[in-house]
Amino acid sequence: MVEVNLWSGLRALADGKDKVEVEAATVGEVLEGLVMAHPGLQDAIDAGVSVAVDGRVIASSLTEPVQPDSEVFLMQRLKGG
Amino acid sequence: MALDDRKTSGFTQVGTRPNRPDGLDKVTGRARFGADVTAPGMLFATIVRSPHAHARIKKIDSSKAEALAGVKGVVTRADFATGLTGENWNILENVMAGDTALYDGHAVAAVAATSALIARDAAKLIEVEYEILPHVTDVDAAMADNAPVIREGAADKSVPEGMHPNVVRYHESGHGDVDAGFAEADLVIEDHFRTEATHQGYIEPHACLATLGGDGKGELWCCTQGHWNVQKICAALLGIETANLRVTASEIGGGFGGKTAVFIEPVALALARKTNKPVKLVMPRPDVFKATGPTASTSMDIKIGMKKDGTITAAQGVFRLQGGAFPGAPMEFTAMCAFAPYALKHVHQVGYDVITNRPKQAAYRAPGSPMAAFAVESVIDELCRKLELDPIETRLKNASKKGTKASFGPMFDQIGLVETLEAAKAHPHYSAPLKPGQGRGISCGFWFNHGGETAVTLALSEDGTAQLAVGTPDIGGSRASMALMAAEELGIPYENIRVTIADTATLGYNEVSHGSRVTYASGLATIEAARDAVGKLCARAAAKWGIPEDAVKWENGCAVPSGPNAGDFDPMPIAEITKRMGATGGPIVGHFEATPEGAGVSFATHIVDAEVDPETGKTSVVRYTVVQDAGKAIHPTYVEGQYQGGAAQGIGWALNEEYIYGDDGRLQNAVFLDYRIPVASDLPMIDTVIVEVPNPGHPYGVRGVGETSICPPLAAIANAVSAAAGVRLRELPMSPPRILAALERQRDG
Repeated sequence: MVEVNLWSGLRALADGKDKVEVEAATVGEVLEGLVMAHPGLQDAIDAGVSVAVDGRVIASSLTEPVQPDSEVFLMQRLKGG
Repeated sequence: MALDDRKTSGFTQVGTRPNRPDGLDKVTGRARFGADVTAPGMLFATIVRSPHAHARIKKIDSSKAEALAGVKGVVTRADFATGLTGENWNILENVMAGDTALYDGHAVAAVAATSALIARDAAKLIEVEYEILPHVTDVDAAMADNAPVIREGAADKSVPEGMHPNVVRYHESGHGDVDAGFAEADLVIEDHFRTEATHQGYIEPHACLATLGGDGKGELWCCTQGHWNVQKICAALLGIETANLRVTASEIGGGFGGKTAVFIEPVALALARKTNKPVKLVMPRPDVFKATGPTASTSMDIKIGMKKDGTITAAQGVFRLQGGAFPGAPMEFTAMCAFAPYALKHVHQVGYDVITNRPKQAAYRAPGSPMAAFAVESVIDELCRKLELDPIETRLKNASKKGTKASFGPMFDQIGLVETLEAAKAHPHYSAPLKPGQGRGISCGFWFNHGGETAVTLALSEDGTAQLAVGTPDIGGSRASMALMAAEELGIPYENIRVTIADTATLGYNEVSHGSRVTYASGLATIEAARDAVGKLCARAAAKWGIPEDAVKWENGCAVPSGPNAGDFDPMPIAEITKRMGATGGPIVGHFEATPEGAGVSFATHIVDAEVDPETGKTSVVRYTVVQDAGKAIHPTYVEGQYQGGAAQGIGWALNEEYIYGDDGRLQNAVFLDYRIPVASDLPMIDTVIVEVPNPGHPYGVRGVGETSICPPLAAIANAVSAAAGVRLRELPMSPPRILAALERQRDG
């Protein structure tokens, strides 16, 4: 299982939790697992998220690998100027 | 063939300063910008814009305009796709108003005619009947209970119950227990800050030329930071297939994030479709100010606790950003960047995205971060003054480093904040004496940087030169950087590589030139495409020599045997291989298509000396030093240019630039005469120091540099001005009237 840290603003959509455990080997599976566990997160994820895996911010690639002991943070999608 | 994945030393081309490839075109006028493209029989377009901040559109009558000789067509919202949802709907609503004009300058109709003059006259003949609605343009006023509702139902599910409907998104993040952290502090300072909206101020207005025939096939030439994005959005807004619209990016006269969005291109295409003629549309400067995308304005509360030894015990920020009449103000980045330079046990940040009757904000270099730094670094400066601490030593004591849990959550990898602070401390500027009436300020700044979808093709010519096609418009010297990286890999002269910004029909999807991603992502793609080509060159040499491919390596532009066991062959230069490539397997082309995800974050530290005239309130920046981590500077002159450009724009933002709205909700200063950007005579020489802490996610260690340079200036200048004036400045811009008012308040006690 991978422990995913949510930003605090998502707690209301995840039954008050700011950490959610999901079965996942890739970033894409992390996102699928989050929606499966908490369907209320669907809109926030569809609006665009990045996933930080062990400090590396994955902006869009769903195939990036995730290990069971990885530090995983859900973040809002990065844009720039 | 074995190729090292990473190269951090022994460069022969990277790190040199060759002439820029676009230099001659730009100084001779040969470069073609957005407004320079023409087509036979083309029409000229003008957009009719709302003069009201908020008004229901009751009726549009274009009959008089259409009767004018030379007028060929008028479009309104009815000429665009229907049934759009999400961001496409928001963009269309901004490009051409539907039922309601949401800000002063909102497009409501457009006309195409045989001359620009006729088009302008015709626009005046289009009669729009409005019902004026209550408006609000200030972020705090828009959140108040009695504020007019800009748009019902615009809020997403993140917004807590009970908020005003103008609050459309909410962000909260952090860790630890800030109350416990504040209890540990010897001094806690809590303060309120505001910044006004500013414009990127690019010299070239938006411009395009469009064709779109009855068969649904079109061409678009435009100045943009991302033509694949333009293609995708325009196709959706016009209801055509994406591949049927070919978009070519012109040379670009500045973007800074403001040309990542789409404003006029769908209008030109709609007029082209209606008239079956090419249509040219160039924005006048007042339209650029009123109806493109300035930054968000902010209202911020910061609270920081510190021990007497300088340790920050806790930090908290509330960031309210208005981004115009549509969701999207970058409050999450403001919140996430605010405390990123510091290793904090207790930190909490909240962001509100608020809609108002202003134009839809767009990105501007590190969107959201400079404002956060202004507020946070001002409070840190005040803490240092009151606790009599050295500002750089204090920042070093708290600085984030590899392994620090960032204020926004994850752990940092290899970063260079400490190195920028050490370099700033060692710089002669930091210890230079100040004259009477001067003050010194310093600030740190942070930006994430970005990777993104990227495709590159490198085609070799028969004479051994190379044509590199990239899909990221060159907004900051990337063609020179790409050529240097390709030259480094191929072992051929920089001048033997021509870099072209390819159109949308030529390469796979390329994300917009934003997020300081181009030298990182297109650079990585260029290196990989060159390595792909080198592999093919080695294979041709191996075939010629009759040895295995992995027995050949590439050195100094030649294929050579990889060791004594591979055989004794003279080096085979690139031109010897390419001149026979047609007969030895066909053209040699290197490719790379991927989404690089290793963009390293970036930090900077700025030192500023400012002088304030207490009689007039005029501020002069008398000395400025930028220290920033570039990871690896590919073309140092361009890197220095990015550093200086960020500082220059920051000086304007800090001291003079602002959107000024009247009580009627109309923009009062939509020309450069009244919107005061810095000119050369306003600026000191901006000194630069390039720090290089390699980014592990790039083959040469590159970090993006284009945005971080605008993160510290607002704060560094505010700290310098506050020191010089002897009073804390909490609102930007620190224009002479605001400085005089602050001095007066101080005199009055």
